[in-house]
Amino acid sequence: MGVEIKTAGQKLFAFLSGELDHHTAKEMRCEIDIACTRELPKELYLDFSKITFMDSSGIGLVMGRYKLMCERKGRVYIQNPPPAIRRVMQVAGISRLARMIERIDTPEETSPETAVEATAEASLPANSVETPTEQQI
Amino acid sequence: MKSHGAIMNEMKMTFPSLSENERFARMAVSGFLSQLNPQINDLSDVKTAVSEAVTNCIVHAYRDTVGKIDLSAKIFADGTIYIRIKDSGCGIANIPQAMEPLFTTAPDEERAGLGFAIMESFMDKLRVNSRLGKGTTVVMSKRIQTKHAAAKADG
Ligand SMILES: Nc1ncnc2c1ncn2[C@@H]1O[C@H](COP(=O)(O)OP(=O)(O)OP(=O)(O)O)[C@@H](O)[C@H]1O
Ligand SMILES: [Mg+2]
Repeated sequence: MGVEIKTAGQKLFAFLSGELDHHTAKEMRCEIDIACTRELPKELYLDFSKITFMDSSGIGLVMGRYKLMCERKGRVYIQNPPPAIRRVMQVAGISRLARMIERIDTPEETSPETAVEATAEASLPANSVETPTEQQI
Repeated sequence: MKSHGAIMNEMKMTFPSLSENERFARMAVSGFLSQLNPQINDLSDVKTAVSEAVTNCIVHAYRDTVGKIDLSAKIFADGTIYIRIKDSGCGIANIPQAMEPLFTTAPDEERAGLGFAIMESFMDKLRVNSRLGKGTTVVMSKRIQTKHAAAKADG
């Protein structure tokens, strides 16, 4: 359980694992933020493939990282959420708040995947992210 | 209230509002419901809803203190489950406002304001009762599609 960090150029990948709730979120976001402060990536990829449970605390974690990355003119991507996690994200309105993006360019270190760009515009007064180059779905 | 038939089984538990118990509460409910042989989707929906309600007691109702949380669950003959989660914490001043998506009184703590919205969409019914200074009770129900019943319907 926890966070595994990998970097590739301007990209930082945070592979999250285990159950993501209010109890575990604190430690996960702390590890992500420490890595981001050190590496100053332009793109942050949150990989959910090994997350086995998530509630609204996970949505809060994504929104918080989005805010931080916005301050640095960066972007956040959600990568490989399992079906149950994806349902929480959709019900929680990420589809209403965020642009869904199917990635065409695959990051070197990972297998083909879909990523969801988190842009919680409705709820966050942050500077809006430029139109992404990836194909929108 | 619509009749769901006889109560087939029920359980009650009380635990302190420690964040370690978020996981415990949803695992306990999940274990209790396993006798229904529920589908994975239903089970994960219920676990998520329970986690939301229990987390609200810990984060909001008993902010800066530790208090008791009561959780009870019932299984009815028609496969409907009832779950009640009760705290004796601070209470909610304006319930309709609290239930609006994105409304939160704790934005600095990275709360999204989506707990009630998730409970509402993952369960069939959600009822919230609250009195300021007295506490809050959340009752939710869902008709569980058992694997057994699903197989029958398919065949
Ligand atoms: N048991 C409770 N006791 C007191 N206040 C509560 C309780 N449950 C919810 N609230 C109030 O209702 C608001 C909305 O709750 P909801 O679960 O929808 O969002 P949240 O807890 O703020 O954020 P999230 O659930 O997305 O982390 C809370 O911010 C809080 O003010
Ligand atoms: Mg909540």
